Amino acid sequence: MSISKGEQMDTEIITEAIGTLTVNKLRTSLATLGIVIGIGSVIALVSLGQASAQAIQSQIQSLGSNLLTVQPSGQNQGGVQGAAGGGTTLTLEDAVAIKTSPQITTVSEVSPEYSSRTQVTTGRTNTNTQVVGVTPVYADVRNVTVESGNFITDSQVNSMAKVAVLGPTVVEDLFGENANPIGQTVRINGQTFTIVGITASRGGTGFQNQDDMIWVPITTAQKQLFGASHVTSIAVEAKSADAMVDAQNEVGYLLLSRHKLKNPENKDFSIFNQQDLLNTVNQTTGTFTTLLAGVAAISLLVGGIGIMNIMLVTVTERTREIGLRKALGAKKKTIITQFLVESIILTFVGGVIGIGVGILVSYLYSYFTSSVFVVSPNSVLLAFAVSAGIGILFGWYPAQRAANLQPIEALRYE
Amino acid sequence: MAAIIQAKNLSKVYKTGDLEIVALVDVSFEIKKGEFVAIMGPSGSGKSTLMHIVGALDTPTSGTYILDGEEVQKLSEDELADIRNRKIGFVFQAFNLLPRRTAMQNVMLPMIYARIPKEERIERGKKYLHMVGLGDRLEHTSNQLSGGQQQRVAIARALVLNPAILLADEPTGNIASTQAAEIMEIFQNLNDEGHTIVMITHEADIAEHAKRIIHIKDGKIEKDGNEHKQRRANGHRNNN
Repeated sequence: MSISKGEQMDTEIITEAIGTLTVNKLRTSLATLGIVIGIGSVIALVSLGQASAQAIQSQIQSLGSNLLTVQPSGQNQGGVQGAAGGGTTLTLEDAVAIKTSPQITTVSEVSPEYSSRTQVTTGRTNTNTQVVGVTPVYADVRNVTVESGNFITDSQVNSMAKVAVLGPTVVEDLFGENANPIGQTVRINGQTFTIVGITASRGGTGFQNQDDMIWVPITTAQKQLFGASHVTSIAVEAKSADAMVDAQNEVGYLLLSRHKLKNPENKDFSIFNQQDLLNTVNQTTGTFTTLLAGVAAISLLVGGIGIMNIMLVTVTERTREIGLRKALGAKKKTIITQFLVESIILTFVGGVIGIGVGILVSYLYSYFTSSVFVVSPNSVLLAFAVSAGIGILFGWYPAQRAANLQPIEALRYE
Repeated sequence: MAAIIQAKNLSKVYKTGDLEIVALVDVSFEIKKGEFVAIMGPSGSGKSTLMHIVGALDTPTSGTYILDGEEVQKLSEDELADIRNRKIGFVFQAFNLLPRRTAMQNVMLPMIYARIPKEERIERGKKYLHMVGLGDRLEHTSNQLSGGQQQRVAIARALVLNPAILLADEPTGNIASTQAAEIMEIFQNLNDEGHTIVMITHEADIAEHAKRIIHIKDGKIEKDGNEHKQRRANGHRNNN
């Protein structure tokens, strides 16, 4: 019986609080606005951070998974380490050795590549793009799919054929939109190449855009185009993600012995791990997201102080009312509860609206930038808890002030 | 008849820094059930302090105050709140209704603190608003009511928990004289029905509605008695 009376009292206090809040609608909505903006920006900014993190991750993963990249490093010359990728120490034979050596057990595919930027022209137009000499496995290793025609074949590599596969951006630059130039020719470095294939668009931007590339047989690139005997990188695909470390070690030891280097510190190549890159990027975007959330948290704090300010004004303004309530029999606890409930309702409503606004903003962002739409349930839960917590935290002091008012003083207050 | 209020040697001293202000000195009196007492005195006489102690809004520095069998002077703040809720019906000079709330909401407020179920609150609220003649204004908000009507809502609010005493502080101080007469009529009717009423006032003609007047001056009871009854019989008509 006493429990049901207590519950009834509680619902009564909530109705009372809602009544008080609806009486002064402008003030209530302004107080709530601070929390709406705070919670909304936490949700929106965390979502934006996570969306860009996912976008970068999927871009990296689309470049091929389980991938190691071996690049020559500039040799030590008088103690000065040359730039990575600048050396000429890796050869096609190294690639063949990695593929065929009995010491290597964890590698499935090896793709030697010779890559250089150069001028590409047709009759009227020209562009400057990345020309990559490849073998047929490149398509598998780098996840390249051909939309029309064919990719480079073994026989083309063996015969040093002057054939080229174009990325969609290159096609657009040279032949215009929606052109199908298979069978036509382009001039690369002044030599005529027949177009045999066009790759599917990956919609990628920035960082190693695979739509803006031309692929030719690696032998053609080395001998005919650039007059080089080395390769600029060897992509090594491990058999599984777990085998990445073993593959890295095996390839490293093989190349050291092939290059007759005893001390690993003098190695003339470096091996990059796709996973390392992914981890670095994850770390960076994680920091970025935390930073954004931090900024948003500050606005949430400001919103909380706004609530406290409004509640303090309310307590002062309602001094007489508090005095009356105490004279009529309200106990300290009842007054505290009433004011706490008011501030919790303010922050709670603000929190709910803020979550809606945050989700809407992240949705609009992803809609207009055609990026991924992520709303992390964690940030929603956190925002919810924080908004209720702010109600208690910033409502507590004003509620205490109200409850400690002496009924006589409060009744006398003009 | 049983004493509802027993005040023995009540003293109240306010301390502000080193300064001591003596508001009440050794005040003793009794009020019996069914009495209608006016406490009179000029401002600064200590009548407000006395009213605060009688109303359990404050406790005396020394002395004992027994209200309806309970020793009030040694109660805690929350226990005082409970005593005020159950035993005292307040009527204030400034009405002190909740702004922008209806007459019913105002009258039901003390019943919320007394944890009375909702159906009963509504029933009793209607009954007492009818009793003070506001049966047709249950859903009017305070600002839609005249001063006299607001004070009648306050009287209904004071009565809903059937208190031991009705404590009125300058009940007609803020309302027009015609309406003041109506308020005093309500008080007299309530007294005739057996309600104990204690009224603080500085207006002699209002005080004369009471059956007994306690005069306070300089924190002491100057005069306490029914001797004016004769005067009232003569003077009442003259004052009107």
